[in-house]
Amino acid sequence: MDKKYFVSSSPHVFANDSIPKIMYTVVLALVPAGIGAIYYFGPRALWIILIAIVSAVATEALLQKLMKRSLTAWDGSAILTGLLLAYNVAPSVPLWMPAVGSFFAIAVGKMVFGGLGYNPMNPALLGRAFLLASWPTHMTIFTDAVPRGGTVSGIDMMTNATPLNVLKSAQGILANPQQFTPEQTREAGEAIGKLYDSLDKLFMGQIGGCIGETSVILLLIGAAYLMYKRYIGWKVPFTFIGTVALLSWIFGGTEGLFTGNPIFHILSGGLILGAFYMATDMVTSPVTFRGRLYFGIGCGMITFVIRRIGGYPEGVSYSILLMNLLTPLLDRWTRPKVFGGRKKNE
Amino acid sequence: MAFLSKSFSGGIHPPEHKKLTEFFKIENCPPPEEVVVPVQQHIGAPSRPIVEKGDAVLIGDPISESGGFVSVPSHATVSGTVKTVEPRPHPLGTKVLSVVIENDSENKWRQDVGFDSSYQELDKKEILRRIQAAGIAGMGGATFPTHVKLSPPPDKKIDTLIVNGAECEPYLTSDHRLMLEETEKILRGMQILVRVLGAKTGAIGVEKNKMDAVKALRQKIAELNLPYKVYALHVKYPQGAEKQLINAIVNRRVPAGGLPMDVGCVVQNVGTAAAVYDAVVYNRPLIDRVVTITGNGINKPQNMLIRIGTPFSHVFEQCGGLKENAGKVIMGGPMMGLAQSNLDAPVIKGTSGLLVLNEKQSHRQEEQPCISCAHCVDACPMGLMPKMLGQFVKYERFDSAQAYNILDCIECGSCAFVCPAHINLVHWIKYGKLKVIQKQKKAS
Repeated sequence: MDKKYFVSSSPHVFANDSIPKIMYTVVLALVPAGIGAIYYFGPRALWIILIAIVSAVATEALLQKLMKRSLTAWDGSAILTGLLLAYNVAPSVPLWMPAVGSFFAIAVGKMVFGGLGYNPMNPALLGRAFLLASWPTHMTIFTDAVPRGGTVSGIDMMTNATPLNVLKSAQGILANPQQFTPEQTREAGEAIGKLYDSLDKLFMGQIGGCIGETSVILLLIGAAYLMYKRYIGWKVPFTFIGTVALLSWIFGGTEGLFTGNPIFHILSGGLILGAFYMATDMVTSPVTFRGRLYFGIGCGMITFVIRRIGGYPEGVSYSILLMNLLTPLLDRWTRPKVFGGRKKNE
Repeated sequence: MAFLSKSFSGGIHPPEHKKLTEFFKIENCPPPEEVVVPVQQHIGAPSRPIVEKGDAVLIGDPISESGGFVSVPSHATVSGTVKTVEPRPHPLGTKVLSVVIENDSENKWRQDVGFDSSYQELDKKEILRRIQAAGIAGMGGATFPTHVKLSPPPDKKIDTLIVNGAECEPYLTSDHRLMLEETEKILRGMQILVRVLGAKTGAIGVEKNKMDAVKALRQKIAELNLPYKVYALHVKYPQGAEKQLINAIVNRRVPAGGLPMDVGCVVQNVGTAAAVYDAVVYNRPLIDRVVTITGNGINKPQNMLIRIGTPFSHVFEQCGGLKENAGKVIMGGPMMGLAQSNLDAPVIKGTSGLLVLNEKQSHRQEEQPCISCAHCVDACPMGLMPKMLGQFVKYERFDSAQAYNILDCIECGSCAFVCPAHINLVHWIKYGKLKVIQKQKKAS
């Protein structure tokens, strides 16, 4: 018998799955929201997305070359990081910002830890946090989303506050009415009422906000696809969103307990994008059943606390970054029970 | 969800590939000119050869004797002359002492094999003696001596005998064919097993992808007026793993580190039940078994009744030979089977299948870093964290691996199957188990 046969440990058949397949599937799921962003914010959104992706892939390739590692910049993970970073900046930012943000996300968020699989925090969110801390004015000026059909350049876009910004300042006024004129308090109340009446716009995406976070419906279409593909589960996003909804219903109102508007809190800001696409990041979220539940609940609690009493109007990205750091501990605390349980004397 | 249907939690759905052979009747494989019968075909102490070069043997003659209680003898599977007794290639990958018999093609059986009308009156001890003397070891693939499993300590009361017809490994159809073609033999064997164990009842578990077998068994049970129940189980791997099968059928969980008898059950494969019938009623030792020869790398996939000791190369010749692009030969199924390097190795009692994959299917893509996707944790039917076990073993943290219950792994391969980073988790875990057990032995 001259022919040599392959010998290896079992199993000998495998699911037809790979890391690039997962990454590119998530990228694909994010495409509808990107198209929506270009429709609402104009071609500038497309430029920001492209610059962020090119910068992310180039940074990863360059660093892998410098570190003399095998080149895996095309495995889709860098593209996904760049894409998510672009989705997390305002459409009016100068075009160098997505480039810098992606560089930071890949270099400091991922490569210094050893590359794919070893980063403790979501690189895209770390990049966003870096941009927000360094150039807060650029990052917090939002343009109104009106269909532009690609004719209006970025320069003369109208700026406006995001719904969560409006809510935050209005609630600030209502919380201390004695410091404001009756006129101002009345306006604040009206502003909140107006917000609550425009839920359909929030759902479709006709609001100010970051590039990829505004259109709930388009994000949900992608999320449904990922769930069908089983690349994201229900545990993290549903507990995350559910916790925010519950807390904002109980504590989110201005007229006492149980007067909040949970639907508004779900649809506004980056909650849908964060809960379905960033909190579910495989590398930085827990692997156990209960771990994922606690992770989602923790994200929801921190998000709500920041939105309600923190300095920022929005807290999704910080909540995810903070919970990312807890992930190894959550995994350790929530180890699954071995089949049949342990005997006491062991 | 385990409590909603007859199944267990975790598990995977690999492509079945059973169509290749499931409609083919069991064919007789002509015995080769020379059989190589290893003295070790079971878990436990090796048996001791009792024949020498030049001895004449008949089919069914013992050629070795049990090396202890947890041991079974081997038998001559052709009539002829002992050519030599020496170490020969074995499916486990090493060389094992084997008796090589030259076939005289006369096919002569030893005298005392034949129908024993008094079998109904045999006592428990005699039945167990016959089972051991026939050399029966678990034919699902684990090859644990059957008489040992049938002799639980007196404080363990067995109420249910479970016969395993799940055949959850992809590609394999030998149990399926056996259930269709030897339905009565399996049920009669079951009767004997239930009697020996003093069990209240018997149950058969069959995956739903073999409804014809379920139907055949149910029909025969009604015909023979037996009190046994056939369970049609969810098609999910590893449904046929002992603990998962018990979980699905009687909804009891064998404690970690425990045995089925801790929850009042004994599990036997359908092939074992049939062999027990032959051994007790006909005094016929285990000299052949049904093997599925299958895969894209073989010209004529089929199910065959093959004499133990028949070299794989001879079997493949009967199946039209291997294809040009054959890349990997596996004894057993694709999930837990053993890759073979030498086709001189023989069919043994645990050979449920011979799977030949083509070159393209034979090697796995390069390993990539773990991205903590948790697919392995979700798939593990034992409630383990394969990702962590793999990493612990890689960095030689065997104590941590033990704390994460590495010894409870049943090596079913579900984790490695689903891993998108192509990490050979079972490979690491097997190595880690070995190290942990070595350490334990040293300590005690």
